[in-house]
Amino acid sequence: MAAVITKPLTQHIRPDREPLDIKAYEYAGGYQAARKALAMSPLDVQKVVGDSGLRGRGGAGFPTGMKWSFVPMGPDAPRPKFLLANADEMEPGTFKDRLLLEGVPHLLIEGMLISAYAIQAEIAYVFLRREYYQSARVLLRAIAEAEQANYLGKNILGTPFSLELRLHQSAGRYICGEETGLINSLSGRRSTPRAKPPFPQFVGLLGKPTIVNNVESLCCIPGIMQYGPEWFKSLGLTKDAGTKLYGISGRALRTGLWELPMGTPLREILEDHAGGMQPGYTLRGLLPGGASTDFMLPEHLDTPMDFDAVQEAGSRLGTGTMILLDDHTCPVGFVHNLIQFFARESCGWCTPCREGLPWVEKILQAIETGCGESADLTVLEDHCRLLGPGYTYCPLAPGAMEPLQSALKYFKQDFVRHIEEKKCPWSQA
Amino acid sequence: MLSELEKNEIGEVLAHALPGQDMSIDVLAIVQKHRGWISDEAVIDISACLGTTPSNVDSVASFYNLIYRKPVGDHVILLCDSISCWVMGYPTIRGHIEKRLGITFGRTTADNRFTLLPVACLGACDLGPAMMIGETLFTKLDEEKIDHILKEHGWQP
Ligand SMILES: Cc1cc2nc3c(=O)[nH]c(=O)nc-3n(C[C@H](O)[C@H](O)[C@H](O)COP(=O)(O)O)c2cc1C
Ligand code: SF4
Ligand code: FES
Repeated sequence: MAAVITKPLTQHIRPDREPLDIKAYEYAGGYQAARKALAMSPLDVQKVVGDSGLRGRGGAGFPTGMKWSFVPMGPDAPRPKFLLANADEMEPGTFKDRLLLEGVPHLLIEGMLISAYAIQAEIAYVFLRREYYQSARVLLRAIAEAEQANYLGKNILGTPFSLELRLHQSAGRYICGEETGLINSLSGRRSTPRAKPPFPQFVGLLGKPTIVNNVESLCCIPGIMQYGPEWFKSLGLTKDAGTKLYGISGRALRTGLWELPMGTPLREILEDHAGGMQPGYTLRGLLPGGASTDFMLPEHLDTPMDFDAVQEAGSRLGTGTMILLDDHTCPVGFVHNLIQFFARESCGWCTPCREGLPWVEKILQAIETGCGESADLTVLEDHCRLLGPGYTYCPLAPGAMEPLQSALKYFKQDFVRHIEEKKCPWSQA
Repeated sequence: MLSELEKNEIGEVLAHALPGQDMSIDVLAIVQKHRGWISDEAVIDISACLGTTPSNVDSVASFYNLIYRKPVGDHVILLCDSISCWVMGYPTIRGHIEKRLGITFGRTTADNRFTLLPVACLGACDLGPAMMIGETLFTKLDEEKIDHILKEHGWQP
C-alpha cells in the first residue's frame, strides 16, 4: 500500500480543486494517521517526524522534528501551548499553499491535529492572508465538519486530548509571514518581528510556547504518520526526504504546480513538466524559490532541487516556486520590481531596511530609466553587504538583497549597458 | 457611533478573545466591512469599545495594507504588481485600467464606483496577470477581459 503512494500532498486534489468533504476524505483513508498518532505518546509522534527528515517548506528548511523538540513538555509546561499554521503566502512568485488550502483542507487539519498532539498544544490557528477568501470558505466548512466528527474539539475521539482550531484572516503585510511577526499580529499588534531569543518555542503567542509551521510542512505530517519515516525518506531522490510542490511562473509553455520527489532536477521540472519556454523566448535565469532567493542560471539546470544542492548552486530552495527571467525581459526592471515590493513591505522597525531599501529602489529606477551613473553600481554593491545578514533585525532585508547581489554578479553587463546607453535596451521607446 | 450590528459582531469576536489578546485587527475588519473604510471617528469609537487609546488603534490600522484609512469606492480593485505578473504584462494591464477609469493608483473615480490599488502577489502567479475585486480573483487578464469585468461592475464607457 505505502509503496504506491507517491504524491501524498496532492493525490486527493481534483483538477477543478473542488475539495473532498470529510466523508470522501475519510473514505480515501483520511484521519487514519490521526487515529494512529493519538494512540501513541506525543514524544513518540515527535520522534517519527524527526526520523522522517522533514525540513520546513516555508523557506528556511529547518528540520521540523527538531523545531518541535524544543517545546516544553510534561505537566509543568506553561499553558496553553499554541500551534500556528503559516498560511500568509505573500512571497512574490509563490502560489503553492493556496493549492493545498483550497484543494485538501482536511489534510491540513489532520496535519495540524497530529502536530498539535505531538507538542500538546490546545489551541491552533490558521494564519491566512485575507486575499485568500476561497481558502477561508473552504477551511471554515472543513473545520466545522471536523468538529462535528470530533477530530477537533473536546476529548478528540474519546482521548483526553482536546484541540480548538481557529482561523485568523490577516489584514495584509508581508512581514506577517515571518514567524515572530505573525505572533505579534495574532496578539493584535503591528507585525514587527521580535528579537530571538527567546524563541517562540518557549515564549511565543501571549508569552506561551508556540510552534509556527508552513502549510505544506503540516500537510506532510499525515503521510509520515501513516506510512512511516522510511517511506517518507524514500520519496526523495536525494538525501532530502519527501515530495515537494514545485511551481513555475513566467514565460514557460505551461506554468503551474507539480508535486514531485524532493531533489527532482531543475531541467526535468522546467522541460518535462512546464514544457520548456514559450516559443520565441529563451531562459536567462530564474529565482528558484520566490522573490528572496538568488538567481540561478541555465548552467544550473542539472541541479537537483533540494535544500543542499540549490545552496551549492549559490541560491536557496526557498518556497520551491520558481520565477523565470526570459530574454525579452529586462533584468534591471525585474530586480527593480522585486526591490519595490520589499521596500514597500519593510515593516520600518530597523533603520538599514527602512531607509536602505527605498534608496536601492530609487537607484534601480534611475538605472532602469536611463538616469543611472556608474558610481550607482558601487552603492548597490555596498547595500548588498549593509542590508545583508547581521545588519538588520530580521531576514526581510537580507532576503531582498539575494536577487540583487546575484543579478549584479550574473547580469552586470546589462546594468552597465543601461548606464552607458542612457536607456533601457529592452524598452520600445 | 458603532451601529448595533457592528456592536453585535464585535461582541462575538471579543467573546472569543484569549486572555491578553488584543482583537483590534478583527474589530477594524468588521467596521470596515460595514463602512468601506476606517475614519478618524471610527478609530475613536473602536478604541473606546476596546478600552484602549485611539493612537493604539491607529498604529495598527495604519500598518496593515488592507485596512483603509481613507474613503474608497464601491469596488476596490487590487491589481497585483509583483514579479510574475510584471513579467506577464502587468504594466499594460495597469495602463489599460487607468485609461478606462481615468484614475491612477490610490485614486477613486468621480462616481465613487472604483478605487484602484496595487497589491502584493495574489498567489496566482501561474495565471498572471491577476487582480481581485471584492472577494473575487480574476486571472489571465488582457484588455478585453478587463473591459468585460469593469462593465460587469458598473463601468460605463
Ligand atoms: C519576511 C518573511 C516572510 C515570510 N513569509 C512566510 C510565509 O508567508 N509563509 C511561511 O510559511 N513562511 C514564511 N516565512 C518563514 C517563517 O518565518 C517560518 O520560518 C516558517 O513559517 C516556518 O515554517 P516551516 O518550519 O514549516 O518551514 C517568512 C519569513 C520571512 C523572514
Ligand atoms: S529588516 Fe526590515 S522587515 Fe525586518 S525588522 Fe528590519 S525593518 Fe522590519
Ligand atoms: S506575482 Fe501576481 S499573483 Fe503572484
